[in-house]
Amino acid sequence: MTDNPMIAFRDVHKYYGDYHALRGISAEIRAGEFFSLLGPSGCGKTTLLRTIAGFEDISSGAVLIDGKDMAGVPANKRPTNMVFQSYAIFPHLTVAQNVGFGLRRDPRSKAEKDKLVEESLEMVGLKGYGARAAHALSGGQRQRVALARALILKPKVLLLDEPLSALDRKIREQMQVELIKLQREVGITFVLVTHDQEEALVMSDRIAVMFEGEIAQLADPETLYRRPNSRRVADFIGVMNFLPAKVTGESGDLISAEVAGLGVLDVSTSQVSAAPTGDSAAVGFRPETLTLLYEGQQASDREAAGTIDEVVYYGDMTYYDVRLDGMEKPVRISMRNVFGRPVLDVGTRTRVSWSPGALVLFR
Amino acid sequence: MAAKGESWLRSDAAQGYALISPPAIYALLLLAAPLATILAYSFFKDGYLTVIHEFTLQNYLATWSDPIFRVILVRSLFVAGLVTLVTVGLAFPIAYYLSFGLAPNQKARWIFLITIPFWTSYLIRVFLWKVILGYNGVINSALEGIGIIGPNGLIADPLQMLNSVGAIALTLAHAYAPFAILPIFVSLEKIDRSLLEAGQDLGESRWRTFLRVTLPLAMPGVVAATLIVFIPTVGDYVTPELIGGGKMPMVANLIQAQMLPLDNRPLGSAIAVSSLLVVAALALVFLWLNRRFLKVGK
Amino acid sequence: MKFPSLKIYALAYLIFLYAPIFLLPLFAFNDGTIIAFPLKGFTTDWFAKMAENDTLRHALTNSLIIALTSSAGATILAVFAARASTRYKFRAKGGIMGLIMLPMVLPDILMGMSLLLVMLEVLRVNLSIGTVILGHVIIALPYAIAVLQTAFATLDQSLEEAAVDLGETRMSTFRLIVLPLVMPGIISAFLISFTISLDEFIVAFFLAGNQPTLPTYIFSQLRFPSAIPVIMALGTCLVAASILLLSVAEFFRRRGIKRTGAKDTGGFL
Repeated sequence: MTDNPMIAFRDVHKYYGDYHALRGISAEIRAGEFFSLLGPSGCGKTTLLRTIAGFEDISSGAVLIDGKDMAGVPANKRPTNMVFQSYAIFPHLTVAQNVGFGLRRDPRSKAEKDKLVEESLEMVGLKGYGARAAHALSGGQRQRVALARALILKPKVLLLDEPLSALDRKIREQMQVELIKLQREVGITFVLVTHDQEEALVMSDRIAVMFEGEIAQLADPETLYRRPNSRRVADFIGVMNFLPAKVTGESGDLISAEVAGLGVLDVSTSQVSAAPTGDSAAVGFRPETLTLLYEGQQASDREAAGTIDEVVYYGDMTYYDVRLDGMEKPVRISMRNVFGRPVLDVGTRTRVSWSPGALVLFR
Repeated sequence: MAAKGESWLRSDAAQGYALISPPAIYALLLLAAPLATILAYSFFKDGYLTVIHEFTLQNYLATWSDPIFRVILVRSLFVAGLVTLVTVGLAFPIAYYLSFGLAPNQKARWIFLITIPFWTSYLIRVFLWKVILGYNGVINSALEGIGIIGPNGLIADPLQMLNSVGAIALTLAHAYAPFAILPIFVSLEKIDRSLLEAGQDLGESRWRTFLRVTLPLAMPGVVAATLIVFIPTVGDYVTPELIGGGKMPMVANLIQAQMLPLDNRPLGSAIAVSSLLVVAALALVFLWLNRRFLKVGK
Repeated sequence: MKFPSLKIYALAYLIFLYAPIFLLPLFAFNDGTIIAFPLKGFTTDWFAKMAENDTLRHALTNSLIIALTSSAGATILAVFAARASTRYKFRAKGGIMGLIMLPMVLPDILMGMSLLLVMLEVLRVNLSIGTVILGHVIIALPYAIAVLQTAFATLDQSLEEAAVDLGETRMSTFRLIVLPLVMPGIISAFLISFTISLDEFIVAFFLAGNQPTLPTYIFSQLRFPSAIPVIMALGTCLVAASILLLSVAEFFRRRGIKRTGAKDTGGFL
């Protein structure tokens, strides 16, 4: 990784008439990283990606690629290539013609170009498919052709617009792993747009979470998951239990908060979300940071008692909704199903182990 | 995502104008300008072999005070109305069958079958109805053949079917069939099938589901079919000439007579403009009634 | 089988639609001068007479020239209109397209008489097959546009973006991607315009002057009972030609849809 960002957004705004699609985006994407734009549909992530490709003009601000301002540079002159959501495989051409499409203006000899095409197809696992008609391919194969076609030009940045959303779950998971491998192999900066938080967490070096035309948080997957800077980000990425809290005091690095059912807690400032939540504070727990205690088990830190309200069995996991004594709403707890450990029934009295170190305070 | 509609390709309105201008200019020069010329000429004076370019309302006075024009206009509207009623009425079940009764892969084939006769020589098709309906025509000879017509039959003389409004209407109904079927078919195709299942799921009978769900949703297609059949049939020239034997002229025949043999082009223009205004007014009333009816229906 | 009674009705309706066309060859090959039943016997005389007829040959030549030229013109203009209306947003698009599509609902006689007025009174040009060509372009244009709009609309826009992304300009993208993919639609639009022009009567009646076209020739002959058998033979040939042209058009339309991978919703209109 170098110090110069591969892509830099400088206060980018985009209006469609009265609609404010991008509201002052400032961010940097490092060279060689796998970067994801994550958010619900309509948040502006695709629009932002298309401003990099040059398909979308920006209303104000600047987009820089490798230090160069892209204002006025048309899409066909930018050092980026794109994998489209629909793959956009040219249906009247063969696989090889599709992959070699971008080489049309390349001065190299036909033999050299053919070799390049063959190499690209091999790279995406489609060796020997060159002569096939493009419209006869399966979804996963189209995806690979689109990748080969975009990568053959050795772009500085590869843009991927929801490339996996049309695939079946199994193929999707397989492609996720392949994409990560491919990115490491070619070392090109990848920018992925997705609405699937799991996909973003699995694949990315860093993720920008977007809501309503703004970046809500930009961080690596672990930080995003463990220390979301707002309730909204926490809610969008995975499941989080929110318990109403009252901040009762601050001293140095510690903030005291009172949570019904758990008592008064001292929380380190490193566990406090940056963005203010508004009038009421809350603490958040991920379901896996709470543990049901079976008979004879000792709590590792703190302990609370409650009753099981709901049980959802997932095979490898079981989700329990447990109403802790003194709390209005149940909390969700996820437990890995281990051989010999029974799934508990609704109505069972149980003890829960928890730790103040695992929570996030939103204030 | 939500903003995808407006992309780099679409945003450039100038490109759109550049592309549309050749056909638009052509339509302006050879459609709009000629239609405007008719309007202008309808206010000019006729001077036997020339046209005097002076403003006058004389042509409109002549048109509307002429009882023959009124008879012919009423006949044209009546025939067109009858044709529309018959055509749309016969077409609806066909459109319904195409949309709901056929497997998706059969639909294109049926539509092809239905459109073929429409594309084959209009003149000859109209003339063949004369052959079918004529005094010695197919129907009469068939009836004679099985003994219904004849000295010993139920009817003594062959049926006189030509030169009647009914014959004109039948011929036109045949000619405009695909025009009525296709818009209705398109609107039926747009209906979400789960809506109909929901209707029946809620305990409605098939017939009531049809009346309360299918028919209202198909109305835009029926309205389009009505207008697309009614307007051109009012102005049809060939059928009254051939099937009506020239004894049942309609507006187009009147216009043609003024434009070509009689050479009174201002009067012909005034007749055309007058008829067009009446038809446009009727179409607007129809649309307005329909909107009102649909609103009440909701 | 769904709706058995509707199916019977649909078949009866098809018979109603095709009845006149089925009669054509019966009389064309009938060895009798009167068009009536019972049929007299088989002959190909009428076809031979048709082939000898000089006026008819002249009319056919005129009609073919008119149809070829006007359908080429209509198709080219339709490519512009269909592309503009499916890809671009601009003000007054609805109005402009409405004007261009107007001849679909306007009675043909209005186009015929208005163009006649302009040609004779305003421009003062002589009527010829050239004036008919101008008129036929206006008449066929909406149908050609309707066919091409489907072809352009089923084209995934990201295909063009992908081509530009891979280094092509707008022009070369149109040539390399758009044109090949809509080519079946273009052929289909051309054939349909050709069929319309070949069959068009009213505008030719008004604008051809003393030049015969096939339909005006047919119309003039329908008054003479003795000429009818030859017209029946001619009609048989025309119907056969129309069916052939339309089948080819339909073939290309379907191939176009298949090529772009879209769903077939059927229909020319």
